[in-house]
Amino acid sequence: MIRKKLETIPPSLTQIKLIQEDIDTKIKPQLWDPKTMLTNLSIMEDKIHQLQELVQLIVAKSSINQPNEFLIQQQQLVTADLTSIIIQLISTAGSLLPAVKHPNFSSNPNPNPNPNPNPSAGNGVGSLPQHNNSDDNHDSDGNSHGNMVSKMEDQSHETDHMDVHEEHDDDIDEGENLPPGSYEILQLEKEEILAPHTHFCVICGKGFKRDANLRMHMRGHGDEYKTAAALAKPHKDPVTEVKLIKRYSCPYVGCKRNKDHKKFQPLKTILCVKNHYKRTHCDKSYTCSRCNTKKFSVIADLKTHEKHCGRDRWICSCGTTFSRKDKLFGHIALFQGHTPAIPVEEPKGGEAVGGYNHDHGDNYNNNIEGSKEVGFFDFNFNSNGSAGDPSVCFSPMNMESCNVNRFQDFPRTLFEDSDNFSLLLPGSCNYLWKNGGESSSKDL
Amino acid sequence: MKKQKCIQEDAETKISPFDFLSEEIVFSILDYLEPNPFDRKSFSLVSKSFYSIESRHRKTLKPFPRTSNDHRHDQLKNLLKRYPSIIQLDLSLCPRITDSCLSYITNSCGKTLKSIDLSRSRFFTHVGLSNLVSNCVNLVDIDLSNAVHLNDTAAAAVASCRSLERLCLTRCKSLTDIGIGCIAVGCLNLRVLSLKWCLGVSDLGVALIGVKCKQIRSLDLSHLLITEKCLPSLLKLEYLEDLNLEGCCGINDESLVSLKQGWTSLKTLNMSYCENVTHVGISSLTNSASCLQNLNLSYGSLVNHPLSESLQKLSQLQSIRLDGCQVTNSGLKGIGNWCVSLKELSLSKCSGVTDDGLSCIVMKHTDLKKLDITCCRKITHVSIAHVTKSCGSLVSLKMESCTLVSSEAFFLIGQNCHFLEELDLTDNDIDDEGLKFISKCSELSVLKLGICLNISDEGLIFIGNGCPKLRELDLYRSIEITDRGISAVAHGCPMLEMINVSYCENITDSSLISLSNCSKLNTVECRGCPNITSLGLRAIAIRCKQMIKLDIKKCFNVNDSGMIPLAQFSHNLRQINLSYSSVTDVGLLYLSSLGCLQSLTILHMEGLTPVGLAAALLGCGGLMKVKLQSSFRNLLPRLVLEHLEARGCVFQWRDKVFQAELDPKCWKLQAEDVEEA
Repeated sequence: MIRKKLETIPPSLTQIKLIQEDIDTKIKPQLWDPKTMLTNLSIMEDKIHQLQELVQLIVAKSSINQPNEFLIQQQQLVTADLTSIIIQLISTAGSLLPAVKHPNFSSNPNPNPNPNPNPSAGNGVGSLPQHNNSDDNHDSDGNSHGNMVSKMEDQSHETDHMDVHEEHDDDIDEGENLPPGSYEILQLEKEEILAPHTHFCVICGKGFKRDANLRMHMRGHGDEYKTAAALAKPHKDPVTEVKLIKRYSCPYVGCKRNKDHKKFQPLKTILCVKNHYKRTHCDKSYTCSRCNTKKFSVIADLKTHEKHCGRDRWICSCGTTFSRKDKLFGHIALFQGHTPAIPVEEPKGGEAVGGYNHDHGDNYNNNIEGSKEVGFFDFNFNSNGSAGDPSVCFSPMNMESCNVNRFQDFPRTLFEDSDNFSLLLPGSCNYLWKNGGESSSKDL
Repeated sequence: MKKQKCIQEDAETKISPFDFLSEEIVFSILDYLEPNPFDRKSFSLVSKSFYSIESRHRKTLKPFPRTSNDHRHDQLKNLLKRYPSIIQLDLSLCPRITDSCLSYITNSCGKTLKSIDLSRSRFFTHVGLSNLVSNCVNLVDIDLSNAVHLNDTAAAAVASCRSLERLCLTRCKSLTDIGIGCIAVGCLNLRVLSLKWCLGVSDLGVALIGVKCKQIRSLDLSHLLITEKCLPSLLKLEYLEDLNLEGCCGINDESLVSLKQGWTSLKTLNMSYCENVTHVGISSLTNSASCLQNLNLSYGSLVNHPLSESLQKLSQLQSIRLDGCQVTNSGLKGIGNWCVSLKELSLSKCSGVTDDGLSCIVMKHTDLKKLDITCCRKITHVSIAHVTKSCGSLVSLKMESCTLVSSEAFFLIGQNCHFLEELDLTDNDIDDEGLKFISKCSELSVLKLGICLNISDEGLIFIGNGCPKLRELDLYRSIEITDRGISAVAHGCPMLEMINVSYCENITDSSLISLSNCSKLNTVECRGCPNITSLGLRAIAIRCKQMIKLDIKKCFNVNDSGMIPLAQFSHNLRQINLSYSSVTDVGLLYLSSLGCLQSLTILHMEGLTPVGLAAALLGCGGLMKVKLQSSFRNLLPRLVLEHLEARGCVFQWRDKVFQAELDPKCWKLQAEDVEEA
């Protein structure tokens, strides 16, 4: 029994105690760098000047009557530019954060119950600036400082949501809100995560993905493994189970799922760790054989995608494709002049669409909301696409890794990822079932 | 003065006096000739100049196929050549409009065309439509109803018509949200849109209409499978005046309540056959719709006190239809307590209407112009007394099958309702005396006296003398009627357009001969009149050239010779029922030259042979519907049937056994038995 239990826990899985020195070594080299700050500021200055010119141009032209569509386009452009400036500003300001927060930061992720009433990383947004204020109230700049931090926190909070949507499989623990220290944090090594098998036979060394499979395999090694006790699911000690809830940390430094992250969100199971690590930190090596464009790092994701890749693709006249009809209509409702494209394929598809209304009810939940939603996500993708992973971007530790010049690229990435995104939206999994319904209700 | 001068000159120079009229004057004369197509025709035959003036002045055209041969394209081409300034083209009598035909229309009408009606036409595709839309850039109105074959590609073609204001897509079942989406994005000026029976359209398409087509005034969503999901975006239509949600079963109380508000601009709302909507939903919808004038809640929920209370706030309400609803007394009294004055009320086939409730309503709503109490079987003389006493301006009163109403009621109607134009007394207990009173309503234009077994010629003579404006007369199974009565009507009512004398067995040819006096007659139903022969038919055919529908089922004595004048003169004939008559192949072959003929019912005709029938059917190019004995299904050559079906003809095979005619009184008893069971 005990031996087996030990086997199931990978050897490199170690319990981690977070110690003060640990964090200090990680943060110190990345403290505020005035040179980077200066380049950032000058880039922002340039951008603001550009924007100023653009707005001046609009003002000059506004005397001439212009078509509505053109105005809206200009408006969108200005909004987009402003957004990127704001993001830049915030992330630049964010580089100051470690310096400000440092005195308290060390105690934050400490799993031991702490008498210090500091809010933990995962807790409310508003409390943090408040705390800063009280700490720095002797500072003449205290107020503005606090405000800035609060702004930044807001932003990062918002991007947290984005993160959650991207890894929808892993976010089961989103609403968990475990108080820090009430659980044990385990961290697997990269090799461990990427290993195909986690359960190995002690006799022949064969690897298995599942413990149950290993136990079935063990039966072949002799009668002693055939007893009911040996075949039963390894029983965990109820006492330790109640006391220590296990949560997992991602080994990737700077990731929000990493225990050192200031807003650390633990992963619930080993499977979550595996999927998260592959999706977020690995190459996407599986390419969809149908469209040859979509790439995935988790094979299950590829399979899910392939199920409805190329089938009933909803296309807008602007070239954007959608996997769901309501998303296409939300898109069309939002933009002027965009038209649904008629599928060129066999008319059969049209017929199938005919029956669609019968069972679409569940998927249609957000028709008008949907339109806003699409806009919202597109918008977020702009900032996302330009700044890479939002958690990385706003993390003070990775400021250097964030290429500031990429900010200027983002209008081009406007739609590149939106389809991918809609695929990942919860609810798209109903898609297959929906298709089945269509064919059956065709005659209606 | 000028005319006199013209005539004087004419005497000297022997030139037609009309040549001196200025074009403007001729134009305005033409404008007065509008209602009757034959008048315009005679006008253009006056002289060459009149002919050309009429050609240039004509704005609307409703071509009908003259012959049933395939030269129809030529005919249409000639017509379009002759009339260069057509604005409105109604092709509802041309069942076959191919793409090439459409492209010819497109090229000859060009930018002048504003309205086209293709509701009854088939065989055109998105290619033709796209051609039409790209060349006739000023098109405002397109009717594509019944184009079941049109798909989203066609809708996309229509969507490129930016100026479109009215679009009718009723029964375009192949359309989906994608097509509607194209239209919503493309036709931003749409004001009137009908999506009735477009079963492929769902919430998504409808919602997009709400988001994009801000100008919509009238929207028909009848029988769509839509739910509450599209309603919030429809709420954005700030000009919406007319909304039809008939038979939208997906809409229920919760969806209406969750809207929290309604359309403030709405004037007409049809929520009939919405089974899941009760007074709760309606009241939430009508809370903000203060302009609502017409409301239709037929075949819906129970009409009770809460419902009538929830409608009380509608200060502009003029018309309400509650057909087929179950009605409570308190509900009716509630309606009676409204402060508005209704102009139109329909309680047709409502169960639960009592004298008490109805009296309460009519005493309050004294401005009532139209009242429908068909099949309100519980009401008696008392209600009618109240109606006639308080609603002096009544224009239409329908009281079919109000069997308890006694004869005094008709006296009151005749005495008080002088403006009455429409009166339905089918299956009422009225006699000649009653008709004498009714004949005082000199404005009557529609009078229905079917199954009134007690009326006779004497009564009809009163009607003939008293109601010169009569257009429609129904005497179905009013068996006492003879030629004398019909003759009186025919001479007293020259405006007569429709008459039904079915199963009045005493009617003979002389009735038809006297009816031929009414040149506007377009519908004659004389089923089961064995005394009618080809002679009478000939009289009708020659003099009533606007004949559209003719039913001579069970007129055993009508034979082939009756078909010759029909084929020669009744070019407008669209529908004919020849069952049980003595017409043979030969007669049918005559009829096949009628280009307009669309519907043919030929059951139990002994003289028909498969070969003759096949020849006749092949000759009738415009046939859309044929009712035939199912025995012919195997007798007709398969190729012929396939060819006919490919041309767009639908066969309805009937297998009814030959039915002998019953004694009329016996028939009524039997009918009542069926009703009770």
